[in-house]
Amino acid sequence: MKPDLRERRLKQLASFVRIFLATLREIFDEAAYARFLQRTQTTSSPQAYAAFRREHEHRHARRPRCC
Amino acid sequence: MTKPLSVLAWGAVAAVGTLAVSVVAVHRGEPINALWLVVAATCCYALGYRFYSRFIAVKILVLDPLRATPAERLENGRDFLVTNKWVVFGHHFAAIAGPGPLVGPVLAAQFGYLPGTLWILAGAVFAGCVQDFVILLFSVRRDGKSLTEMAKEETGRVGGMVAYAAVIAIITILLAVVALIVVNALKSSPWGAFTVGITIPIALLMGIYLRRIRPGKVLEVSVLGFILVLLAIWGGQWVSQNPTLAGIFTLSATTLAILIIIYGFAASALPVWLLLAPRDYLSTFVKLGTIALLSVGIVVLHPTLHMPAFTRFVDGTGPVFAGKIFPFAFITIACGAISGFHALISSGTTPKLIARETETRLVGYGAMMCESAVAIMAVIAACVLQPGIYFAINSPASIVGAAPEAAANTISSWGFPITAAEMQALAQAVGEQTLYNRTGGAPAFAVGMAHIFSSTLGGQEVMALWYHFAIMFEALFILSILDAGTRVARFMLQDAFGHVYKPLGRTSWYPSILATSGLIVAAWGYFLWQGVKDPLGGINSLWPLFGIANQLLATVALCVATTIIIKVHRAKYSLVTLLPLAWLVTVTYTASWHKVLDPNPRIGFLAQARVLGAGPATSATRQLIFNNRLDAAVTAILVIMVSLVVIESVRVWAGILSGKKMSPVRESPFVMTRLTAGENA
Repeated sequence: MKPDLRERRLKQLASFVRIFLATLREIFDEAAYARFLQRTQTTSSPQAYAAFRREHEHRHARRPRCC
Repeated sequence: MTKPLSVLAWGAVAAVGTLAVSVVAVHRGEPINALWLVVAATCCYALGYRFYSRFIAVKILVLDPLRATPAERLENGRDFLVTNKWVVFGHHFAAIAGPGPLVGPVLAAQFGYLPGTLWILAGAVFAGCVQDFVILLFSVRRDGKSLTEMAKEETGRVGGMVAYAAVIAIITILLAVVALIVVNALKSSPWGAFTVGITIPIALLMGIYLRRIRPGKVLEVSVLGFILVLLAIWGGQWVSQNPTLAGIFTLSATTLAILIIIYGFAASALPVWLLLAPRDYLSTFVKLGTIALLSVGIVVLHPTLHMPAFTRFVDGTGPVFAGKIFPFAFITIACGAISGFHALISSGTTPKLIARETETRLVGYGAMMCESAVAIMAVIAACVLQPGIYFAINSPASIVGAAPEAAANTISSWGFPITAAEMQALAQAVGEQTLYNRTGGAPAFAVGMAHIFSSTLGGQEVMALWYHFAIMFEALFILSILDAGTRVARFMLQDAFGHVYKPLGRTSWYPSILATSGLIVAAWGYFLWQGVKDPLGGINSLWPLFGIANQLLATVALCVATTIIIKVHRAKYSLVTLLPLAWLVTVTYTASWHKVLDPNPRIGFLAQARVLGAGPATSATRQLIFNNRLDAAVTAILVIMVSLVVIESVRVWAGILSGKKMSPVRESPFVMTRLTAGENA
């Protein structure tokens, strides 16, 4: 395999892994928590997570889920 | 790719697809390999996505990459957020893929593998994917409005009210049906009851870990939870072999129903972080992993389907549920072909995350295609079983007989040979006391899945572990729907009651929480109890009721979509939504007619009430008669409500097409996107 082709493949693989992890982080609300910490200028703590859950509860619990 | 090469490649896909569909459809006699179904499905989805969804995107919806979406215009870091299209795809798929595409195809396999397969492929490509795609785009163009809001705006107040009532009805029946599936999967199964029961303390532990020990580390705690669940499966085997513990965890259907009702109430009333959210994460993790594993297993093993293309039960005398292929196959399989519930998700959180209009094609049409592929896997899992085994698991005792020999003789007399000894050996292999009369679809799917998994990894020795993994997977899936669904319905009730008495609308006011949770749990708990007590196994009456309710909601969604298409002057293309709408109206109205008025007591609710009335009058009989009349009334009310929406929509279409009525388009005004070409693509 040519070096530039291998490099391109590696880049594609890295991009796939990055998007896969981002998808998981989004589905599992980790990304939302990170955004919350950034928006409120706080660091992660039980209190910050409790505040995040309170804010999220309203929206998250109303999210419909199919059969 | 150059044009001639592209034409050649797509021509090859079409040729292979035609060959595979022809083999699947025409082949008779010898068993067929499952790979034909996989190839047929892959080609149909590829062609549908490449050509049909593109046609819809270009000619009807006119997707505009320059138009700013609500995620960009209204971005607030919470509800509205510009998100990578693959992330939105994953988010959307995780929300639409529930146990429905697994259970429906397993139940419909009583007709043979062919009817379900063809409906799943055609239904998804021409109806389900189209519905999800157009509703998603229309919601994006309306600031992410919900289906009920769009129905109110586009077809009138009746549309909005009916959509709202239909949603409550569907959620109630859905929750009862899925709870019944869990009951039937876990009754008299100490291993299953222990494994699923232990997931509740695991979820509580995860909730506390997330809140107190490692705040926000959901992926990490989900991996931990997953390992604990695997240990619980292994521990279940030990419990089932210990006489004392096995006795404690061997539960009857009524006991399980009561426990699930209590669980539903607790999950709705307890704080989200404690039980609902961690269980949701755990279930998502298991769901995505298992679906991926199953698809790999099917491709690697490419098993043979033992179920014929058609069985003798196409005449409507099936033991799993009564009724002919038309209309019952088309309401039994909903989520894998078309599901009205998806329209709620396409107009829920997803439109608020879409970065560009052009991405609605991948997310709306594409995610539904993946859901349909899951349904094809369920068909394969059910049809790899010997038909005799399939019918022994899925038939109620009232039809095949309660004794093993009697059941085996009845099923063998249908032309599907099976012996009591074979069934006993299979039950032992999967670690169960018996596999007879395990109606509901979940145990049959679990046996099929265990067969595929154990043939790929570990051999027959680990079949019991795979079976209970599959049961745990389904139960976890279903319980997360049960607690989230109860909560969603509770909020909807609180919204409605808040108009009557303001404090009732406050979602944090405990008297309101307890009252509305109790009300919604009582509603689905009633139907669940009815199913548990039903001599025909419950699924016979409840699953069609659920299918009818779900497809009627799809009817409302397609009415809204057709109305908007006509309003934006694309009437000449309105057949794209009008044809699926006409098909759904035909199917659901025919099914409703049969379920209410059919003279066969195994099909018609009223006929069954009459037969029961003619027998000896006990308190149980009186209750069964009332239940049947209630089911008939619920079906009739749903049909009347949806008829109002259809009539209202037709009136609007006629007004617009004849030029007598103005047709204001309720889209948000055009705003140029500020996202650069590569951003979030």
